[in-house]
Amino acid sequence: MINKVVNHAEEAIEGMTDGMTLMLGGFGLCGIPENCISEIVKKGITGLTCISNNAGVDDFGIGLMLHKRQVKKMIASYVGENAEFERQLLSGELEVELIPQGTLATRCLAAGYGMPAIFTPAGVGTELAEGKEVRDFGGKDYLMEMAFEADFAIVKAWKGDTAGNLIYRKTARNFNPVMAMAGKITIAEVEELVEVGELDPDQIHTPGVFVHRIFQGNSYEKRIEQRTVRSV
Amino acid sequence: MLDKNGIAKRIAKEIKDGYYVNLGIGIPTLVANYIPDNINVVLQSENGLLGMGPFPFEGEEDADLINAGKQTITMLPGSAVFDSAMSFGMIRAQKVDLTILGAMEVSEYGDIANWKIPGKLVKGMGGAMDLVASAKNIIVAMQQVNKAGESKLLPQCTLPLTGVKCIRKIVTEMAVFEVDVENGGFHLVERAPGISVEQVRNATAGRFIANNDVPEMQL
Repeated sequence: MINKVVNHAEEAIEGMTDGMTLMLGGFGLCGIPENCISEIVKKGITGLTCISNNAGVDDFGIGLMLHKRQVKKMIASYVGENAEFERQLLSGELEVELIPQGTLATRCLAAGYGMPAIFTPAGVGTELAEGKEVRDFGGKDYLMEMAFEADFAIVKAWKGDTAGNLIYRKTARNFNPVMAMAGKITIAEVEELVEVGELDPDQIHTPGVFVHRIFQGNSYEKRIEQRTVRSV
Repeated sequence: MLDKNGIAKRIAKEIKDGYYVNLGIGIPTLVANYIPDNINVVLQSENGLLGMGPFPFEGEEDADLINAGKQTITMLPGSAVFDSAMSFGMIRAQKVDLTILGAMEVSEYGDIANWKIPGKLVKGMGGAMDLVASAKNIIVAMQQVNKAGESKLLPQCTLPLTGVKCIRKIVTEMAVFEVDVENGGFHLVERAPGISVEQVRNATAGRFIANNDVPEMQL
């Protein structure tokens, strides 16, 4: 088997150049590829189009890339509280395409399943439908939305093996499995990398066939965006 | 006049045993506090969870376990975790029985606007457009009037739409409405305690329909 294991994020993002399109897994700050984001920031790759549900916060996640003005265009469903993002958007430095969350997930899914487009009712009759093909199926209108194309998909999993098989943990799964299937090159960073045979095949979420490069990340911060607790 | 908790309490009465329910951010989140103990309801969080439980106790927060509002939560026995595409698959295929969400405006034909105000910074629609386009049973929880005192129940929405002809029930601090999406109209079905039909009529800008005897809500 071809060796998929790389030593660290620097090796994992080899070949990533200015102007590329990236998919980044995660929902909010949950399940984001922290190590690869740090490395992209360090390398200073610019002009990137980023497909991700959110845009991080001011000092974490994709927010770190925004701060260094590495992102040319953001494709997301919700961009939340991010002052630097707002500033760049209002000044015209950053292009933003907001799309429904289900459309975002399913456009990734389509890419991963080898299908060129999907039909979804989300956005019918709204400004999102402008310029898009609308088709009637059984008396209901659907918008045609194209599968994404991404040079790199970067995902974060809990455990992975040297063959690239991945297991996610709790809601840190989110967009990671569908993005893992959708990249021309898919990078997986995992909290724990094990040898083949150590993961139960019945428990694998992403089969290794989709993963091109894998490494065990370090120093995961796993920051919590909204810490909510109940009183005892 | 109901407060936010009162609106949530009234909406909770719409939830039936065995329902899978998606709760939006804001007043809808409060509905979870009023689900009766004697029925079994599974809460869906569109970031990929069925079986959402209450907030964790201090010290038990898990960064890998959050809801769609990015808040730390817990999982109840019988929970299931899945990816974002499957999450919206179950929404699109109408496996989720009830969706409760907030709105800025609703039209008398059931159009809804809740994601964008022109001239203000837009944060995004999140899952709202998917939910309103697909869910068969949607309840809007909102205030009857906006901060400027203008009715949010309109002949036509003035803000950019989230979805069309999709809202059939609205609960506000004053009333419960059923929306006639075919002919257009807000049909008053219940009044909040102490609120008259006239008061509701005056706070409804769209076509208002009321019978002679409109019952008061039972909370």
